[in-house]
Parts: sequence; C-alpha cells; structure tokens
Amino acid sequence: MSTPQTSVRSSTAIAPPGGEVAGTGPIQQFITFTLGTEEYGVDIMMVREIKGWTATTALPKAPPHVRGVINLRGVIVPIHDLRARFDMGTTTPTPTHVVIIVQTGARTSGLLVDAVSDIISIEPEAVRPVPEMGTPADEQYLDGLVALGERMVTLVSLERLFSLEAGIGLTDAATH
Amino acid sequence: MQDQAPGKQAIETFRATYFEECAELLDALYQHISTLEQGQGDPETVHAIFRCVHSIKGGGGAFGFDRLVAFAHVFEALLDKLRDGKILPEREMLQLMLRASDMLADLVAGARLAEGPAAGAEDSLRALLAGMMGDSKPETSLVPDAEAASAPVSTARRWRIRFVPHAAVYASANEPLLIFRELARLGNLIVHTDLSRLPDLAVFEPTEAYLFWTLDLETAEPRERIEEAFEFVADDSDILIESVNHEEPGSAAAPMPAAATPASEARADPGPGVAEPGRETRSIRVDVEKVDRLVNLVGELVITQAMLVQFGGSLPPETCPGLTGGLETLSQHLRELQEGVMAIRAQPVRSVFSRMPRLVREVSAQLGKTVRLAVTGEGTEIDKTVIEQLADPLTHLLRNALDHGIEPPHEREARNKPKQGAIHLSAEHRSGRIVIEVSDDGRGIDRPKVLAKARQNGLVPVEAILSSDEIDDLIFRPGLTTADEVSAISGRGVGMDVVRRNIQSLGGRIAVSSSPGVGCRFTLSLPLTLAILDGMSVAVGQETYIIPLTNIMESLRPVPRDLHPVVGRGHVLSIRGEYVPLLFLHEVFGVSGAETDACCGIVVVVESDRTGRFGIVVDEMLGQQQVVVKSLEANYGSVDGIGGATILGNGRVALILDVARLQGVANGAAARSAVPFAPAPGRQILPAAPIH
Amino acid sequence: MRKRVLIVDDSKTMRDMVAFTLRNAGFDVIEAEDGQKALGTLRTTSADLTITDLNMPNLDGIGLIRSLRADPRHRGMPILMLTTESDPAKKADGRSAGATGWIVKPFSPDKLIEVARKVCP
Repeated sequence: MSTPQTSVRSSTAIAPPGGEVAGTGPIQQFITFTLGTEEYGVDIMMVREIKGWTATTALPKAPPHVRGVINLRGVIVPIHDLRARFDMGTTTPTPTHVVIIVQTGARTSGLLVDAVSDIISIEPEAVRPVPEMGTPADEQYLDGLVALGERMVTLVSLERLFSLEAGIGLTDAATH
Repeated sequence: MQDQAPGKQAIETFRATYFEECAELLDALYQHISTLEQGQGDPETVHAIFRCVHSIKGGGGAFGFDRLVAFAHVFEALLDKLRDGKILPEREMLQLMLRASDMLADLVAGARLAEGPAAGAEDSLRALLAGMMGDSKPETSLVPDAEAASAPVSTARRWRIRFVPHAAVYASANEPLLIFRELARLGNLIVHTDLSRLPDLAVFEPTEAYLFWTLDLETAEPRERIEEAFEFVADDSDILIESVNHEEPGSAAAPMPAAATPASEARADPGPGVAEPGRETRSIRVDVEKVDRLVNLVGELVITQAMLVQFGGSLPPETCPGLTGGLETLSQHLRELQEGVMAIRAQPVRSVFSRMPRLVREVSAQLGKTVRLAVTGEGTEIDKTVIEQLADPLTHLLRNALDHGIEPPHEREARNKPKQGAIHLSAEHRSGRIVIEVSDDGRGIDRPKVLAKARQNGLVPVEAILSSDEIDDLIFRPGLTTADEVSAISGRGVGMDVVRRNIQSLGGRIAVSSSPGVGCRFTLSLPLTLAILDGMSVAVGQETYIIPLTNIMESLRPVPRDLHPVVGRGHVLSIRGEYVPLLFLHEVFGVSGAETDACCGIVVVVESDRTGRFGIVVDEMLGQQQVVVKSLEANYGSVDGIGGATILGNGRVALILDVARLQGVANGAAARSAVPFAPAPGRQILPAAPIH
Repeated sequence: MRKRVLIVDDSKTMRDMVAFTLRNAGFDVIEAEDGQKALGTLRTTSADLTITDLNMPNLDGIGLIRSLRADPRHRGMPILMLTTESDPAKKADGRSAGATGWIVKPFSPDKLIEVARKVCP
C-alpha cells in the first residue's frame, strides 16, 4: 500500500469584505481534495486516514458509486466513488488515486478521490451558501462555498452525505 | 497508609456491578417462584427467594435507593415470615409474590435509570404485603447507621467507668485492651485493673473472666461515645458509667442499658444450607470484554493460519517437510480452541426468555384476555452477542400475538376455543442454527385485510395474484398495519419490518406461517454464532465467495446430458433421478468474466433450513477454510443473498453467501428482498453502471 | 504489617465495596461467597478479621461463626457480622454463636473502617 506523496499546505480563508455571513464560531479545519478540476473540502475531525487505492471486492446490487469493500486492518469498509456520487461520471482508479477514510458516527467509510491537496482553516464567516442548483439532492449535503484566492472550495457535509443514503433505505445496523 | 474512606464517586463504580447482580437475582427470584408454582419447591426455595430480596435490598441501601429499599424491606419481612413457616406458599401468596417481584424489578430499573414508577405506585402493594404479615410490625426505619448525634460539649467531663466482662466477652474474641485504646482516644484515660478475683493457677480456667477494671476518663465527648466503645460487649458485661464532676439529672450510677435481646426461641440450627436446587455449578465471573477480546483474538488466529497455509502452499513441498503436518495440527487445535472460546460466550436463551412471562401477564391483563405462556428450550445456548439483540424482536412478537392474535375471551368461546389463549415460545438447535418459534392459537393473519392494505399502499399491484404464504409475508413490509385503532400495545406500523430488519442484521431470518382461525407461528432462524464459520471458498470470475459448509450437500461437475433447460425457470440438473434447480452466481451478482457453461464449472449443491435443494454454479472450488465473519452492516448495510464478509489469507475481502436468501434473490422476488439504495419514489437514480 | 480481612457475602457488590473500602484503609482483603468457601479459604490462608453476612447459601453466617469458634485456630479471631435492622433474632443468634461485633446495613465506608479498626487495629 503506497501512500501517495502529497504536499499538504495550510491556508486560511478570511471573510471577504462585505460578504454574507454564513455563521459565527471557531475556526474549522478541512482537508481538501480534487475531483478533476473541482476542489472539495471535508471536516478534518472526521478524517481517520488517507491511503492509496487498493482493489475492492464488489458488492452485488450496490449502487454505482459504491465500488465495493476493502479490508482495513480487519474491518470491512465500503469505498464510495465520490465522482459518481456527485453525478459527475465514474472514476477509473489507478494506484495514484487516493482513498480518504472517514468516520461519521459509528460508521467508517472510504471516499475515492483523485488527489488530496490541502489542509485549510476556515472562519465560519468566510463560508458562502451554495447557490441554487437544479436537483434538491445537491444542496442537501453541501455545506457551502469558500474562496481561497483564486480557488473555490466546495465544503461537503459528510454526515448529510451518508445520512441521506441511510434515508433511502440502507439498513443502518449501527443505530439498532 | 491511606486514612480516608473512598468518596461517593468511588462507590459509583460499583453501581454497574450492583445492577448486574440485581438482574441475576431477579432472574433467580422468578425462577424460584416458578418452581413453587409448579409444586416442585421446598423450604430451601423459600430461603433462596428471601436471600434474593435481601441482597437486592442490601446493595440498594448502600447507594441510597431509599424507595427500593423501603419496598424490599417489606417484601423481605414477609418472606422472612414465610420461610419460618411450615407450609410452602400457595397460589394466592405466589401471585402476590409475583406482583411484588414485578414491582421490585420496576424499582430497580427506576433506580438504575433515575426515573422510576410513578410516586406511590408501590404503596398499595406495600400495604398489602405488610398486611399479610398479620401482626402489624411497625416498619422499622432504615436510617443508615448515623454517628451518634453529639450535643456539643465544650468542656471536658470526668467519668468513672466500671467494666466487669463475663467469659462470653472473650469467647467472642473481644479484647478489653482495644476498648481501652478506643476510650483513650477520646481523652485522658487512667486504667485500674482489679485482680482480686484471680484464682490460684491450679484452678485457673483460661476461658473464664477474672479481671475487671475501673477506668477514669476525662473527655469532652458525650456519654454516647463512651457507650459506643462498649457496644459489642455490653450484653456480656456489667458496665457502670458515672459522671463524676457534674450532677446530671438521673445520670449518676445509671447502668448501661442492656441491648434488647428478644428471648431467643429455641431455633433449630439452620445448619449448612442445602445447595440451591438445580444450580450447583462451579463458575467464575468474567468480564464480557475479556471474552470478546479472546473471541476476536481467536478470529485473528484463524486468519493468520489461513495465510500461513497459503504461503506454505506456495513453497515447493520438499523445502519444509514438517510444515504441512504442522499446519494441519495447528488447524485442528485452532478449531478446538475456537469451539471452546465460543462456548464460553454462549449462554442459555433463558436470560431473554425469562422476561417474557411477566410481559404476557401484564399485557394480557391490560387487554382483558387470559393467556398462558408456555416456554420450552430455555437451556438452548446461543452466543451472547445474539441473545442481547433478541429481546426487542421477541417482545414485539409477543405483544403482537397478544394484541392481534389472541381473541378476547367471548370471541374464543364463540369459536369453541378454550377461553384461555395459549402462546408457545421455544428455542432449539436445528441444522447448525438456532430456531426460535413464537406460536399462538389465535385468529391468525387476516389475509384479505393485509392484501387490501398492501394494495392500498402500492406495495402490490392490484392485479397481482399472491399465494397465501406470500400474503402472509406482506406483514413484514413497512407501513403495514391492519389495526383498526392504533393500539398502545403494538403501535402503528413500527412493527414487523423493524423486527425483520433486526433479525436480519444478526444474520438471521424470520418467517410466518398462519392458519386462519387456528393460529399463527413466527419462526426465527439465527446463526449459532456470528463470529466464525467453516466455509468453502469458490471462484466466480475474479471474485471469491464463501459458501458455509453447513449448507453444502455435495459438489460435482455436471455432464451435458444431465442438464435440462426448463421454460421460464432456467436450468435444472438431474442428480440420481432428482431435479435440482441451478443458480448461476455470476448472473445473480452481476460478475463479469465468469464461466457460463455449467459443464465447465462446478455445481455446488446446497440446502438451507428454509429452502429446498438447489445448485450454485461457480467457476471452481478453491478450498475449505475456517473464516472469521466480519460484519457488513457496521459500515455498510445488509445485502440480500450475502451473510457477511471475511478477510482471506491474501488480505482481500470475500463475501459469504446467505444460502437461504440466495434462491429468493435469484427469483428476483422483489417483494421480499431489502435492496439497499432502492430509490424512494420521486428520487432520481443514476443509470446503472457496470460493477467494475 | 497489614492486617488481612476475610469478607464473606454472597453479594458481589457487597464484597467489592467492602474490599475496596478496606484496602484503601490499609487492610489486605480476601473474599469468599459463602460460609463453606470461607472455611476452605481459611484452611490455606490466615485472616486477622472476618466480616460475614448472615444470609448465604451453603453455610450461612451463623454456621460460619460457630464453625470458626469451634476451631482452635480461629477461636480468637474477631468476627463481625453484617446485620439488618429487620432481623434482631438473627443478630442475637450471631452473638450467641460468638460473633465479636456487628455492622448494621446499610453502612457507610467510614463506619465500616471504624468498626473494622475497632476490633482489628
């Protein structure tokens, strides 16, 4: 298992002058990653580890964005193709792709992404709400947008990303 | 040497132990009462019941659970009286004891959850218990032994104490010296020993008391403190405590009152107690975590051993001659170790079943029905992890039977049924699994109603024709309740679908069999253990699957002439004159690159406790191995046809087949399969993409 | 030298609490579930003080006290019984069997230590 070499820089986003205030509170840190040219961020507190792509065991009748499961030190962890989950196509994974292992509540999952870029610190005031898009599904798991110089990072709420799936009919044994 | 008593916080760590113990004591309590109900008890049973309540009360007092203690106190007093009596308690007394036990259990639960029964709920029962004792003993207050309230005396007083111990003082290993030391701590003490009664050595009796003392004590402490020092010897001594310098009204030469000892009736020495009926087993208590760790460790050992076998297999045979033999021995030992460790964690289902009689009692009383619950097979052992999860589904099934199944007495009479309804709860081992049945002799499932409701909810197309079994199975769909009123007992819709999911998440199944007007039977099938499994690994395309060995009957490579296509049903294989339907795993699971010709692959003939025989077509059989079952549910969810996952020797994940569900999946019986991510109406789904 | 206390009670909660309290107060503590087992333990391990509940299976407190007093090795051992208010007769039995003293349940940790030290300093 090779860990891809990523140089992780730290950046801080400051509230834009006159920007809309999304919320107040302490600074939060996010890990950002890329899917193609788009950049996303997830709460660093939920990230357990980052590893390289390893072949998964397919799950029958799984939705297209669930690539299968892997063995993570004795625990069975499902890997989600985020590109597919976001309706942007499917990822063809190679050894340079990255899997971010996250923990939401009692559940551990893996997110398949192209590459990890950064750790950023965000003041809540710097987060702008996501503008109206077509499908209601989109809005529900996005937490907001943040501008970092030239870059635009979309913040993803992992809890809502997974709880939405639970609502669709996934048997959630963890809550029994 | 630490001189402090542990604070309240430290005592809290024992709360958990106490409540665990209460649970066991309550179980034992009910069991003993049950023994008496069946006419099989003896005086020792009553003693045992007394001890249960006594222990619950004792611990409760330490934690300040006053309400619990007050109630237990009265219950205990009644039991105390009963155990002296010559007659064993009968029907009415036993009923009362059951009610008292129920209340006690509630109060324990209330103490544990800090939210108990409504205030005063136990009062009438308590009064009843007290009344049963005939002579109304005033309830002795249970104030914990408080320090003697001492009126603050600022000035020291002088006391003269005359202490004449009798022989009994020494016989009870009391030491005058220790008493004097205690007094000396209160102030200034001068001890005068009187040897005048000491006889000649020739007639000296070592067990006799010849010495007596006069003590002069100067202390600011109140009289009670002095009396306290003599607490244990007061009854067996003559003690005189006089205050010397002050004139206390009536205190001069006031002899120490002898503690009130009721005339001890000649009571037969209880003697070494008879062993508690039926439970004389030597046992030790072990933390569940320790056992869990052991089970996990054994699981890891199994995986490691599989890896070793794999590495060993890749070596040329001559490289290490003893290796194969050694690994085989290791495998045998591991198997034994595994069985032993699993047996430790296995417990009789009794611990779950024991709550049910009370449930039936209460709910049937609430509903105005009389119902008798028969329980068999409580000794059947099942893994602890499975047992804990059984309580909720079983409770729900019983409530359901009581509420919807069993008819009210007048209706039963009209149908020529006995007025008393019957529910039977049983557990037994059957072909490598545990089978639990809940059956009742009620009205059965109202099929027209269920079908209508299902059609109404859009679960079943209007024109579809369903068999009786299929209609019965509909009750496991969400949102299906035909209760005309939302009953507080079984609720609305939170019902069978949750029960089924609960059972499935344990790797089990639930099925229903109903006969209108006659009764209904729910059958739960659960794996004996969730942890380790003997499996046959098979290859399909690039994937490896595990088929549980208990399901495998035989395997073979078919010849073309035995293969027969059947219209609309795929292929069947003729085996010794019998026709066995074939299931192509690559079709069912959508695996590419697999063998499509059964005659070039292997057919594994399987059978489960629920389905008949059928043959699974795979590419090849890879070998038999023990696998550690890992949960898919923890991080993903349940997949129909898959009963868990495991980690192979090469580190990859392999899925374990759920043979019983597989056929259902193959038939595409969408009504029954719980497909994860089935889109809710109105939501878009992504176009299906190939798995790889 | 630390004194050793034998606590005899069929309630694990009680044994745990007594052991914990007394150990913190500088005693060594050994345990037994009932009178029978207590006698067994005392065959191989000595104790400086025995604290026993009265209601136990196999050999109850009274039986234990009697057995101990009848045995020359233990005749002089301080024995405390754990009694309850509601059973004065049992307490009287215990005393006539030879118990040194008693502690009334429920008791506070301080009381336990105080009485233990009273008969076994």
